[in-house]
Amino acid sequence: MADLLELTSEGLYCRQGDFHVDPWRRVPRAVVTHAHADHARPGCDRYLCAARGKLVLRERVGGGAPIDTLRWGESLVINGVRVSLHSAGHVLGAAQVRLEHRGQVWVVSGDYKTQADPTCDPFESVEADVFITESTFGLPIYRWAEPEQVAAAINAWWRENQAAGRTSVILAYALGKAQRITAMVDPSIGPIVAHGAVMKMVRAYRDSGVRLPPIDGVPPRARRVGDGRALVIAPPSVAGGRWLRLFGEVRVAPASGWMTVRGIRRRRGYERGFVLSDHADFPGLLGAIDATRARRVLVTHGASESLARLLRERGLDAAPLATRFTGESPPGDAADDDAEAADDAADDMHAASEEAP
Amino acid sequence: MRDFAALYWRLDATTSTNDKLAALRDYFATAPADDAACALHLLSGGKQSRAVSTTLLRQWAAEAAGIPLWMLEECYAQVGDLAETLALVLPPPEADNDDASDVGLADWIRTTIEPLRVADEHGKRQIVHDAWRRLAADERIVWHKLLTGGCRVGVSRTLVARALAEVAGIDPAVMTHRLMGGGIESADDYRRLFDPEPTAADDRKPYPFFLAAPLDTPPEELGDVDDWQAEWKWDGARAQLVRRAGAVSIWTRGEELVNESFPEIVAAAGPLPDGTVLDGELLAVRSGALLGFAALSKRIGRRRVTKKVLAEVPCAFVAYDLLEEHGDDLRGLPLAERRARLDALQLPDFPAAGATLQHSPCIAAASWADLAAARATSRGRGVEGVMLKRLASPYGTGRTRGDWWKWKIEPLEIDAVLLYAQAGHGRRAGLHSDYTLGVWHDGRLVTIAKAYSGLTDAEIVEVDRIVRATTLEKHGPVRICSPTLVFQLAFEGVSRSTRHKSGVAVRFPRIVRWRRDKQPTDAGSLADLVALIESASAPETVG
Repeated sequence: MADLLELTSEGLYCRQGDFHVDPWRRVPRAVVTHAHADHARPGCDRYLCAARGKLVLRERVGGGAPIDTLRWGESLVINGVRVSLHSAGHVLGAAQVRLEHRGQVWVVSGDYKTQADPTCDPFESVEADVFITESTFGLPIYRWAEPEQVAAAINAWWRENQAAGRTSVILAYALGKAQRITAMVDPSIGPIVAHGAVMKMVRAYRDSGVRLPPIDGVPPRARRVGDGRALVIAPPSVAGGRWLRLFGEVRVAPASGWMTVRGIRRRRGYERGFVLSDHADFPGLLGAIDATRARRVLVTHGASESLARLLRERGLDAAPLATRFTGESPPGDAADDDAEAADDAADDMHAASEEAP
Repeated sequence: MRDFAALYWRLDATTSTNDKLAALRDYFATAPADDAACALHLLSGGKQSRAVSTTLLRQWAAEAAGIPLWMLEECYAQVGDLAETLALVLPPPEADNDDASDVGLADWIRTTIEPLRVADEHGKRQIVHDAWRRLAADERIVWHKLLTGGCRVGVSRTLVARALAEVAGIDPAVMTHRLMGGGIESADDYRRLFDPEPTAADDRKPYPFFLAAPLDTPPEELGDVDDWQAEWKWDGARAQLVRRAGAVSIWTRGEELVNESFPEIVAAAGPLPDGTVLDGELLAVRSGALLGFAALSKRIGRRRVTKKVLAEVPCAFVAYDLLEEHGDDLRGLPLAERRARLDALQLPDFPAAGATLQHSPCIAAASWADLAAARATSRGRGVEGVMLKRLASPYGTGRTRGDWWKWKIEPLEIDAVLLYAQAGHGRRAGLHSDYTLGVWHDGRLVTIAKAYSGLTDAEIVEVDRIVRATTLEKHGPVRICSPTLVFQLAFEGVSRSTRHKSGVAVRFPRIVRWRRDKQPTDAGSLADLVALIESASAPETVG
């Protein structure tokens, strides 16, 4: 039986249905798992995404290209291939793509997490013959604490800084992580302030019906913001830059799965970091793969070789799949974690031009 | 254990000296003396002798985590720290341990690490599993560090001494002196640190070493050559020889007592007057000929020196400063005066065949040009260059710049090609920052050296990216790359060796710069290196 997806220079291509999934070049028809820049590129003629993610995707790809949507589980037949979308739990509207053709089922996970997140729908297990999974954190050192524990640690740190008159700054991706953190922390501690790039997505989240606590933007031409009581959420690209000076004395901590490893945190020069990720941890990946009951697993971005080898040793037909979804090993990259950060950087330039004094 | 782990993480979470000082003060102010003594030992970089092999620890941790061993190795390559890797892969402890189950650091060491040393493999396994069960995740890392060697957390000895001095309310200089050479092994030893009066243990201790800074400006900028004393920079081990209260103690700069490694020097120092402290160098030397640092390493660090090694590698102590005379601390006197008193001991000048205690001669020079000419003979003499010490200077502590300079000879250099790369550790975890380099021989590249340092952080990140992109093969953490990058490699010497495929090895290799302007074909050859061996090899006699 012919494979339902193959790797071309444009990305993952379904020949039977004549469409791409998360292409990295302009194509006529793109099925998009979610709106992070390594998965959603502007310039395609037509998009298909989850209904929950439409506003966020529109914010990212701009322009007037039509965006078709599907509700969770609803299906659409494209040239004989039945396509349906299932929640991936990664960020708002993030989907797994299920393809069915002549009794064969392929599922592309996109990015996913199995942990609870108040700002997006939970991950849904979908059975498949072939599962294409991400593996960003596909090593057993990555095992997330309960979100409540992380929230408590952030709250305590925020209070501690507040007592010393210092503003707390959390570095988090503008789309997804930033909104998730605002919904996790205790807003009674003090004001929550967000960077322009984050605010843009806060609006898209609210317009999509997600409830978030009160969040203040940074007024244009502001010279000084807050009095050391605030929690500021900003993309990683602001680190070390001029923008942070608006807040006087600050303490800065990234929120990322990479913060698990002390050496990575220290190399970036952070005394403090919070381990919080929108990707599945190692047990999450194994559990999700298991639940698909797939006999064949293709592993993309992250620890793809290691995870594929482990799955092979456990009797599955598994191999790495070389997509361009992220760089090979984010810890090697001092400036940005992955394409999500590049994404933020682009937004950040926007925001900076809007907000420059 | 919980208090010590908390201290460890508090020190880890800050780069501020004041915060670290406060953390240390808080710990020592409340810790029981036996725990504090252990903590002090660990914080001073003291090591536990290894109680269980890391091979077994890796194996058991992989088993407990339900992962294959190769995957644990991949984790280690990403984390760069074994203690941390083990803690991260282990399943979380079953229940939160309450304070009642906590035992002190000293008890932990006594009940887990010491029994581990004597247990058979089955017993070791039980002890390790039991400890994993009892410890919280962040305590496990600290315990693993105890098991696998040091517990370095970025606190200097000076800072530890300051914190203790503040807790004890005594002079930091006195505390620093009392901490020299470690030896704080029991609660009683620890309590004596707080003694306001001099103690018997003070007798054996060396003074804090004064260290030279590398000279990075032309020597003319130091002023008049007559204000300076010049000596050879010996290629040996810096040491103090303490002769007090009827005993001799030899301390290296790493504050290790090495009497057992140098019995002939201990014997030769017996006749020195009581209350004498000499600063100088341990050298491997036979009939006045230097045998080099490689020979010395057969002696240093050996607890028991066989007669055979004693005969093969005879050693001498070459003195260049007198810190204490008849029990009087001379460190405040100017160097010229200290030197005059050292001369009065009438030790024979180096090279004095057969003498175990010798005197490091001064280099006579009427001008900086004379001295530069003398320095140019260094490689042939088997020395590293010239030391410059201000005649009017007192004996300081630490690396205070201005009075002592090391004016080393320029290194040898060759352009070499990156062949293998391996992920680094600590701050460079996950980055390929350990390089194996090669030169041309018979149309092939053969390895000559491993080099770790010399590139900027940004360059390391860039090289890492290229390494990943040009990987031909992966062997665990090591990647074989297609040859594309050329580095200028500096080193101090070159000798024949079986360690590298090329049959030669270079000493102290380090990368000077990345030659982006060069192609691998422009790199040096084995013949170039061999020519350097021939021109630079140390002659049999020096002087």
